[in-house]
Amino acid sequence: MNVTEILFGILTVMALFSALLMITSKNPVHSVLWLIVTFFSISGHYILLNAQFLAVVNIIVYAGAIMVLFLFVIMLMNLNNTAEPKKNRWLKLVGGIAGGCLFLVLVAALKDSEVKRQFTEVKTGDIGLIKNLGKELFSTYVVPFEISSILFLSAMVGAVVIGKKE
Amino acid sequence: MRGNMYLLQIDKFFILEKFLLVGFIISLSMLVAMYATYAERKVAAFLQDRIGPNRAGIFGILQPLADGGKLFFKEEIIPLASSKTLFVIGPMLAMITALLTSAVIPWGPGLPIAGRNVSLQIADINIGILYIFGVVSLGVYGIMIGGWASNNKFSLLAAIRGASQMVSYELPMGLALIALLMLVGDLRMSTIVQDQIGKGFFNWHIWYQPLGFIIFFICALAECNRTPFDLPEAENELNFGYHQEYSSMKLGFYLFAEYINMFISGVVMSTLYFGGYDIPFVNEAGLGWDPWVLSVLGFVVLMTKAWIFIFIFMWIRWTIPRFRYDQLMNLGWKSLIPLALLNMVATAVVVLWLKK
Repeated sequence: MNVTEILFGILTVMALFSALLMITSKNPVHSVLWLIVTFFSISGHYILLNAQFLAVVNIIVYAGAIMVLFLFVIMLMNLNNTAEPKKNRWLKLVGGIAGGCLFLVLVAALKDSEVKRQFTEVKTGDIGLIKNLGKELFSTYVVPFEISSILFLSAMVGAVVIGKKE
Repeated sequence: MRGNMYLLQIDKFFILEKFLLVGFIISLSMLVAMYATYAERKVAAFLQDRIGPNRAGIFGILQPLADGGKLFFKEEIIPLASSKTLFVIGPMLAMITALLTSAVIPWGPGLPIAGRNVSLQIADINIGILYIFGVVSLGVYGIMIGGWASNNKFSLLAAIRGASQMVSYELPMGLALIALLMLVGDLRMSTIVQDQIGKGFFNWHIWYQPLGFIIFFICALAECNRTPFDLPEAENELNFGYHQEYSSMKLGFYLFAEYINMFISGVVMSTLYFGGYDIPFVNEAGLGWDPWVLSVLGFVVLMTKAWIFIFIFMWIRWTIPRFRYDQLMNLGWKSLIPLALLNMVATAVVVLWLKK
């Protein structure tokens, strides 16, 4: 075991643990905070892959902006146990079965795939560095990149239009 | 597995020098923040024609120690209905995010020690300035978590104000930075400083990006929650803001984090727009001086620039009244963002035109 593997292990345990706590914690604010911890551990994985730009953008966009808005809404709604509607027991059962089926399908699909036999190669490649990533995005993938930016723009305009409606 | 031994290749000297540097910079930030509180009181006194603190030591020079001691020995009160863990985590986060930013700042040209060139920068990472941006965007959690965990409506309102203010002002800040990065062509802080050295002080980015600097400065004021943007702690509307329920050193951490943020944003602005450790009107490379002297001089110059910014921050605080909340949002979204976009497009056009 070298340092990279130890770091990978720590980050993976952290990611899974915080993701589980995010689902299981009763308080929605705690859920959001655990989700932020998950994002951090995923950013750690990106750094192990030498994808520095992706790691920092993941933190700026998700942890720094989107999760702040999530927290914002949840804090203002003042959710607590009394306000929570009672869930039907059958509904829970159906949800469990559906989720279990999805899990089963995913496991079955990935069981024999190539991925299993490949180790993640850490700190090889420098495609995640900002210069190379920018060159790729603006040469090979320029069309999908621009299309997705138009999608974002239209979403923003849509949000403003909805917000303006009295 | 191949190519993954890089963490083990780090030698012992490297670890030792980084630890020393981290320790030095963190103690430095604390010390500067301590004396910034003293300077704030003296500047306020000067602007209001008072004397200011003058009891502890000569000229009241021991006042920060007395303040700190007082905060440490005060009773610690955790509200019964608060969420206790988060209540404690709030000020911790505020302090951690304030201290983290200094990691990518180049503090001097570098020292040769025992045949090695020791860089005076903790980490010269590829994403440099984006790292600062990421840490600054996390600063909001200290306020939000503290405000929410206090279980107090005023605190919650202040926390939400603070969060929306910080998220809003990050946008023009980022746009102003993009224009700067187009000039430099690199995100590394060391390259940004190298780019500004030479030609007296006419290579400093302030001459190429005056509008960008003004936008960045206004956003830095807002990100530090300094007047005229200190809406999260507007005492006449929200009692005391997000740290209303806090007492003793937890309150101290919140107040202290603000001063560290002020210091760091002063350093960042000096590095980005005012040449960092570059000594104006001196061609350092041509002097042939000992690198040690140059490093110390560069560091002193950087600190002087940062202190000038801290003074301007204080000057503004004791001169300009607080904005109203809708004015704050209008300024951010309807003035600064269009201005920053304009600045960005104009810079892009000029950069392209000059390259042809």
